[in-house]
Amino acid sequence: MRVAVMVTCVNDAMFPDTGKAVVRLLRRLGVDVEFPEAQTCCGQPMVNTGYLDEAVPVVRTFVAAFEGYDAIVTPSGSCAGSARHQHGIVARRSGDPALEAAVARTGPRTYELSEFLVDVLGVEDVGASFPHRVTYHPTCHSLRMLGVGDRPTRLLRAVRGLELVDLPGAEECCGFGGTFALKNSDTSVAMGTDKAERVVGTGAEVLVAGDSSCLMHVGGLLSRQASGVRVMHLAEVLAATEAVAEGVPS
Amino acid sequence: MTGTFVGMPAFPTAAREALGNDQLRRNLAHATGTIRAKRAAVVGEVADWEEMRDAGAALKDRVLLDLDEHLVRLEESLTAGGAVVHWARDADEACRIVADVAKAHGVDEVVKVKSMATQEIGLNEALAAEGIAAWETDLAELIVQLGDDLPSHILVPAIHRNRAEIRDIFVREMGSAGRPAPAGLTDDPARLAEAARLHLREKFLRAKVGVSGANFAVADSGTLVVVESEGNGRMCLTLPEVLVSVVGIEKVVPTWADLDVFLQLLPRSSTGERMNPYTSTWSGVTPGDGPQEVHVVLLDAGRTRVLADEVGRQALRCIRCSACLNVCPVYERTGGHAYGSVYPGPIGAILNPLLRGVGHDEQLDSLPYASSLCGACYEVCPVKIDIPSVLVDLRAQVVDAHRGGLPKPEAVAMRGAAWTLTRSGRLRLAERAAGLAGRVLGRRATLPGGRGAVRRLPGPGAAWTGARDLPAPPRESFRAWWRRTGRTEGEQ
Repeated sequence: MRVAVMVTCVNDAMFPDTGKAVVRLLRRLGVDVEFPEAQTCCGQPMVNTGYLDEAVPVVRTFVAAFEGYDAIVTPSGSCAGSARHQHGIVARRSGDPALEAAVARTGPRTYELSEFLVDVLGVEDVGASFPHRVTYHPTCHSLRMLGVGDRPTRLLRAVRGLELVDLPGAEECCGFGGTFALKNSDTSVAMGTDKAERVVGTGAEVLVAGDSSCLMHVGGLLSRQASGVRVMHLAEVLAATEAVAEGVPS
Repeated sequence: MTGTFVGMPAFPTAAREALGNDQLRRNLAHATGTIRAKRAAVVGEVADWEEMRDAGAALKDRVLLDLDEHLVRLEESLTAGGAVVHWARDADEACRIVADVAKAHGVDEVVKVKSMATQEIGLNEALAAEGIAAWETDLAELIVQLGDDLPSHILVPAIHRNRAEIRDIFVREMGSAGRPAPAGLTDDPARLAEAARLHLREKFLRAKVGVSGANFAVADSGTLVVVESEGNGRMCLTLPEVLVSVVGIEKVVPTWADLDVFLQLLPRSSTGERMNPYTSTWSGVTPGDGPQEVHVVLLDAGRTRVLADEVGRQALRCIRCSACLNVCPVYERTGGHAYGSVYPGPIGAILNPLLRGVGHDEQLDSLPYASSLCGACYEVCPVKIDIPSVLVDLRAQVVDAHRGGLPKPEAVAMRGAAWTLTRSGRLRLAERAAGLAGRVLGRRATLPGGRGAVRRLPGPGAAWTGARDLPAPPRESFRAWWRRTGRTEGEQ
């Protein structure tokens, strides 16, 4: 099986540690993962802002980079959702049947990280250890567009030393929403502030989620409020092998 | 008395104002939270809820496919039942028809059943211009009308008011509209309801003309259906001599049996009740029983435009339950007024631009962007309207409508981003530049975990850093790491 990592433009440019974590985690699990260097972005920023014509060449780039792989793994529910549910819209807009056919092949082969681990590799215990108190925010697109369900929390519960605490109102949007965060920044911040308040209320040291962009938003608020709560991508926690002190329940 | 939304600012501006109102946010969070929990509880009881949603959506889609035939059939049945059927292309025509009926009977007032269609066409204002008072008889609509306010929710138009505010409105305004509030009125809900009952009763008993909408119109039997919770609607539907109902053309269902699925979906989604308290049905005129003159105004007002929109036409399935409002995190924080329409929330964000078209009004063009696309609305919609997908499609329509002229800064930015993201080499250069900038920018603050952060960005970036820190761009992008060491890391 040829496996490619779609690292996403946000992780590539802003959160390289998340991409590195995916590569290290998958290699540890015996997957010979490749990073097709022609990749850039899934096109979602253009599509969700209404710029479909502008998204066409970006989706062409995606297809050119990833065609030929059996699985495309991405540490983002949102970008996986874009490849699976929006590339068809862009391809139809292009009027190019070849592009339509191509996205019909790449879309279904695109997996969000927790889906790939649980459904394709069939693992829940990925051999990680992370002795910290964490809470998990299920991002909207992973939850409602992809339906990843409890896969991420099953993975987290198997991490040695990790204490998972429930986040009240977990399934409510954090308010990021792509360009929504800028075009409607007041509403976005009001939503994120409520989310950050609940995160702080859990007493967790770390907020974990499967989308770096949502974490950038909530993390930016947590930082501005000097809450001391750190944000980490699910991939980084699953890749972690911190020593667990004796006697700490796993 | 009820105002209109004419001249409202675009959503971000209206939202900013609403977000500053702490009382409003507390009222909304409490009210939407309560309805949300009720809905979740009663929907959870139904084992085949998902199948029922599919059935409701399929039924509506089938009707929309042959809408013309069903409407002609409806007209035949209504006429055979003794009703007078009118066709209205737009709001003005519909208002004119209702006003003419009222004037033919020489009345200066009508009593109204809560109705979204008549709100949509601005009927109260049109009748007022003809010297005819239109009295709202739904409790929440009465509160909005007496307060010279605007509705902010489809089901609960006064959701932004708490009971203390309602008490003050009753004491201050009831006297000028009819029977005054009882002396010593408190904000006890039962006392407030009693005050409204007394105030409305004299209007019910006096009015000669009633005005309603309809939740459903059964083509086969020529039956209109009104679903309500208070019984006030039934008073308006039975006591006056003349009844005029304004019905959107998408409300038609083929047969009586088709009501089955909708009368289960609607109350559970809307009020969180298992069964609706007052469901009134009437088929034209019944001699000696109820209104002896019955008019039905079949309203287009943009609905055929929506029908022509391949992605957006699913919005015509809407049964006005407002479940999408109650779960929407944006609506919960901004309230309904920010949407500038009688249709607020997620459904309003698609329905208003669909009904009226985009590209000619900044306020309408802002609505498809009034969403984080979180998808909570789609999850609860009883007729499975994929609101996020319609929002995204409408955004493309907004952008397309503005292509050709001088490009906005956003359009320039998007074209630049697309250019960069079309070739990985261009992205690599941009990342290198960002990494250099990050070394300077990230010195001011540190995120938990040790990474540098940016506290303040100039220009459009200030929209981010106004309340949020931004991690400084890393020295090395992922793709640079991959080239340097990642490709072979861990290999022996």
